[in-house]
Amino acid sequence: MSDAVISGARIEAEAGARAFLHRNPAVARLGLVVLALALWELAGHTVLDPNFLSPPSAIVAAMPRVLGDPGVRSALVATFVELVTAFVLAVALGLAIGLVVGLSGFARRATLPLVLLLYSIPQVTILPLFVLYFGICAGSKIAFGVSHGIFPIILNVVAGVQSVEQAHLTAARSMGASRLLTIRRVVIPHTMPSLFTGLRLAMSATLLGVLLAELYVSTGGVGYYTRIFADSFDPPATFTLVAVLALMAVVLNEAVRIAERRASFWRTHR
Amino acid sequence: MKPRRFDWHARAIRVGFVLALLLFWYYLGRSGAVSAIFLPQLPRVAEKFVQILQSASFYNNLAVTLFELIVAVAIASLFGLTIGYLVGRSRYAVLVFEPLLAGIFAVPIIVFLPVFMLFFGIDIESKIAFGATYAFFPIVLNTIGGISQVDPRFITVSRSMGANEQQLFRRVLLPAALPVIVTGLRIGATIGFLAILGSEMIAGLRGLGSRVANLAEGMNTAEMFAYIVFVIILAGMLNLTLSTMQSRFAGPRNAS
Repeated sequence: MSDAVISGARIEAEAGARAFLHRNPAVARLGLVVLALALWELAGHTVLDPNFLSPPSAIVAAMPRVLGDPGVRSALVATFVELVTAFVLAVALGLAIGLVVGLSGFARRATLPLVLLLYSIPQVTILPLFVLYFGICAGSKIAFGVSHGIFPIILNVVAGVQSVEQAHLTAARSMGASRLLTIRRVVIPHTMPSLFTGLRLAMSATLLGVLLAELYVSTGGVGYYTRIFADSFDPPATFTLVAVLALMAVVLNEAVRIAERRASFWRTHR
Repeated sequence: MKPRRFDWHARAIRVGFVLALLLFWYYLGRSGAVSAIFLPQLPRVAEKFVQILQSASFYNNLAVTLFELIVAVAIASLFGLTIGYLVGRSRYAVLVFEPLLAGIFAVPIIVFLPVFMLFFGIDIESKIAFGATYAFFPIVLNTIGGISQVDPRFITVSRSMGANEQQLFRRVLLPAALPVIVTGLRIGATIGFLAILGSEMIAGLRGLGSRVANLAEGMNTAEMFAYIVFVIILAGMLNLTLSTMQSRFAGPRNAS
């Protein structure tokens, strides 16, 4: 009798837990991540060769040692500075080019196919040229980041400018707005949503460009340390480096997403 | 749609721009104002291009890269389509897994390249694994999207008409989801190719990417330019093949 009650309660609790997970898929997701980490930890203590993969606890334990190295720290800071610089340059240049190309129908028809042609080139193959022209320091990495990030900006700005309604332009002109004023008050606000889509894509492209160049140049910066850590069979150090870079990427991606939400709230609350 | 008039002016400017660029390159090289290491002369690059097309090492490198690409895309498709189908069939699984996969994909996978090198060495295994990982995400995300967005009424209707699981898959789910899935395969193959080239360039023993990197290290710029031109042509051909494939699968649906 009491057995039946207990098992009944258990079934109820199980059903409750299942219903809870069903209502909260995010909790189930988190549970999966925790489970994966736990399995990794367990495997790290039993079957994995510590020369290749160390358990998460060992990686966390190694973090102060690796990040305490001033060389590693300055390489990571340099990467972050390159990422931000490349992104800002890509946005500024892309916006300027996009407006010039987008504002005139003729310029668009003449140059947009060229932009698309350049965009379709697999840029990794011309990475050595960037190193050749800009050296092995920050210059080549920033330039490579810009060359990745600029295309989504140009294309989205052009698309945004094209979406401006002709009636609005006519109205602005008939009310006596100058060309510059029209651009500032009509064209740019219209371009914003599309521009922010471009910013998000540009951020992931810039991340790709800068990190590719960083890893390619193995005589300094992050690329140098990844090689050293791999050669000296120090997986916790490699994982630390990778984790910090991934964190950087997440933070920068999030920053753009938040900026997008801030800037476009008026569209939903109008 | 308004009739498309042939835009002579715009086309002339485009062709003129490319021609001007080539002429500029040619005369800059001839004038000797720029060192041949930085910018090799145009005729030398053309000469090298013909030469590499006749060399055996070129075909070996090409074969290595294409082999890596095919194996990587095959692995990515196998896992991406299977997992995507299984997840896409359950509304709950979509809610759990889709944000997880999309979140991982938002991190540039290139940061994990050192880990791939650590596990798989620097020969073709790490390139295949890296390319497959990059290709996996668009394939799985698009498969989930394609399968889960099939109108549930279609499924209910076919069930009520007595379709079994296999018929449901072949007659309803697959045709409805195919255009989205094929798009995923196309994106996956394209970025898988880029990932393979990139990882070959960063650390590789064989393949087109490592050949370009070797030539760059040896300051053999003319031959490097020729290789780069070839890789760009190859990428263009890959793109063309994939978009033809895509329009064959997705065409009738888009037209309707």
